[in-house]
Amino acid sequence: MTHRGSRVLHVGPLARVEGEGALHLTVDDGTVTGAELRIYEPPRFFEAFLRGRSHTEPPDITARVCGICPVAYQMSACRAVEDACGVTVDGQLAALRRLLYCGEWIESQILHIHLLHAPDFLGVDGAVELARTQRAHVERGLRIKQAGNAILEQLGGRAIHPVNVRLGGFHRVPATGELGPLAERLRRARDDAWQTVCWVAGFDFPDAGLDHALLALAEPGRYAIDSGTPTVMAAPHTHGLPSGTAAPLPLRQFPVYAFPSEVTEEQVPYSTALQAALDGERYLTGSLARYAISGRWLSPLAQEAARAGGLGDPAAGKVCRNPFRSIVVRAVEALYAIDEALRIIDAYEPPPRPYVAVPPRAGTGHGATEAPRGLLYHRYTLDAAGLITAATLVPPTSQNQGAIEDDLRRLVQARLDTGAGDTEAELTALCERGIRNHDPCISCSAHFLDLTVDTVDRARRSPPCP
Amino acid sequence: MSAPRPAPRNGAAPRPTLAVFKLASCDGCQLTLLDCEDELLTVAGRVEIAHFLEASSAVRPGPYDLALVEGSVTTPQDAERVREIRAAARFLVTIGACATAGGIQALRDFADVEEFRATVYARPDYIATLATSTPVSAHVPVDFELRGCPIDRGQLLEVITAFLAGRKPDVPDHSVCFACKRRGTVCVTVAHGTPCLGPVTHAGCGAICPAYGRGCYGCFGPSGSVNLPALIPLLRRDGMSEDDVRRALRTYNAASFVEVEGAGAGGAGVKGAPS
Repeated sequence: MTHRGSRVLHVGPLARVEGEGALHLTVDDGTVTGAELRIYEPPRFFEAFLRGRSHTEPPDITARVCGICPVAYQMSACRAVEDACGVTVDGQLAALRRLLYCGEWIESQILHIHLLHAPDFLGVDGAVELARTQRAHVERGLRIKQAGNAILEQLGGRAIHPVNVRLGGFHRVPATGELGPLAERLRRARDDAWQTVCWVAGFDFPDAGLDHALLALAEPGRYAIDSGTPTVMAAPHTHGLPSGTAAPLPLRQFPVYAFPSEVTEEQVPYSTALQAALDGERYLTGSLARYAISGRWLSPLAQEAARAGGLGDPAAGKVCRNPFRSIVVRAVEALYAIDEALRIIDAYEPPPRPYVAVPPRAGTGHGATEAPRGLLYHRYTLDAAGLITAATLVPPTSQNQGAIEDDLRRLVQARLDTGAGDTEAELTALCERGIRNHDPCISCSAHFLDLTVDTVDRARRSPPCP
Repeated sequence: MSAPRPAPRNGAAPRPTLAVFKLASCDGCQLTLLDCEDELLTVAGRVEIAHFLEASSAVRPGPYDLALVEGSVTTPQDAERVREIRAAARFLVTIGACATAGGIQALRDFADVEEFRATVYARPDYIATLATSTPVSAHVPVDFELRGCPIDRGQLLEVITAFLAGRKPDVPDHSVCFACKRRGTVCVTVAHGTPCLGPVTHAGCGAICPAYGRGCYGCFGPSGSVNLPALIPLLRRDGMSEDDVRRALRTYNAASFVEVEGAGAGGAGVKGAPS
């Protein structure tokens, strides 16, 4: 209920994201006292209907959770089922999986940057509008995106819901020399991606900082994509530092099988997406977390791009906690994925068999990989015949939801404190930007943002202190 | 199904308006439009994108000349939205297995949705959902249905191009087998004994799976002429159990394959209670 002088504002919808959600803000006498991201994407019950399915089915079925990151679902599913069956996939088969994942990273990160996020910084409604004034940038983005899709199409059969992934590896692996034409396209894309880093680094970034713990997989020696150990970087406030600090903070690791005890999910009444907490606190996963934890493992070219893009030196542990700059981190990651794809293709030799056998056995398996939007965890319990008796999927969005709410609360508070008297439309635009800084992808759990602001006694709000 | 006709485009007439909507789905089918990297800006020059939330914040009210709808109807609110979309659309085309056949989420149609809700949510009472996942055509008249999980980029461009040209889309309803022959892929069933749903599955994907050495898994749904009683013994011969066959037919287009089973499979159909 609202008080005298209060009003309820309905604004929306949220565009350039994937999924459906609404945001409810409560402003009490000039202070944001509540921020609820209400994801109302209709539930699709994947965890329920996976039960009774064969252990061979999760890679194809869970791909359908998300059209933007199907490979992430396929890879986490494979890892979890293979874990349950005691099978490890390594060598060239593992390299090919990483190559496929690089294709998704390139396609998805460039989609996020060029089509969904950059328009925010340039004051246009979308990429088509952007193409009227900055066609070369849009065309460059589409070229890079196409290079990512070319990996997915060649290795996976198609870009959305690839068909060539199976437990233990692939249905078919490329013959010697078959990836050559792909490499040529990727070399052009690498030059284009460097230009994209420079382009987005020149945007105007508001001052902002995050004060959450960061969670990402880490794997010494290389930037974690398809495997690694869950690693937490502490939140600045726990060390008496201001939010947004660029200092690296202590790391803590836990094995992937400990994920269910480390990360607790709870249901909130206003959302169909569950909300996750780590040690009882909100945390963030995704590009900013990966870059903070694994930046030093980027390829030399990607590290150079990070420095050129104003992110500081990742080899020295420099961290980025300004969510608006996530677009630069994402561009560096896209460049890395291209560089890494080229490295894998150069070293590729066809493996003797396209897959290793994964005979079923009773047990529970855990799998986590780095989806473009963040850590994606799967867990399956199998019976002796390989039928699934229980399935749990924890997507990045449900993990990030609490941190995004907190980030939006800060953003709106900072605007109110300027006394600017923003209109609903301006506040909506700000909140949409805040969400797109993290995630265009709320259908994992959920396209509308209907912004509701309960403004309590707004008319009597005192001007901010000087 | 009526053949799409273009909006009047004489002289200074406005470009036809395109709207894209989403119901319960993964966004993969509308992403297919954004994945037309070579054609996206050309298409955007030929139509006015009036409503496409994944691509633009600019939203114009209807009426729209062509509305593409992704996703199935799983909530009372979406049942209402789909009627509003129909009322605002001159032509309504469903894109993908969800909008055309209920999608993978139609597996709830054969289960206890209350139990599903309790499995996934600690507080199932917070979650409002229908007991079924139904295609758009179960709610409103649809002008054209594009199949696939996900749809094929080439077919999507064909539908939009046909609409702009005022002709019927050239999307044949023959089976994947025709596409395999055209592609020159050796039949995986004949040559390797690999179970394959290609003979009963609608073409459109380009017969990708057999080209990658696996059997078709039916993501485009049943083709125009389905002979399940002839196929099922072959699947069994090639090592699929009865449960395997039932699961294979009841996945991405669960509801529409089951409809075919009921209509024509008879005694040779898939036995046992729906899973």
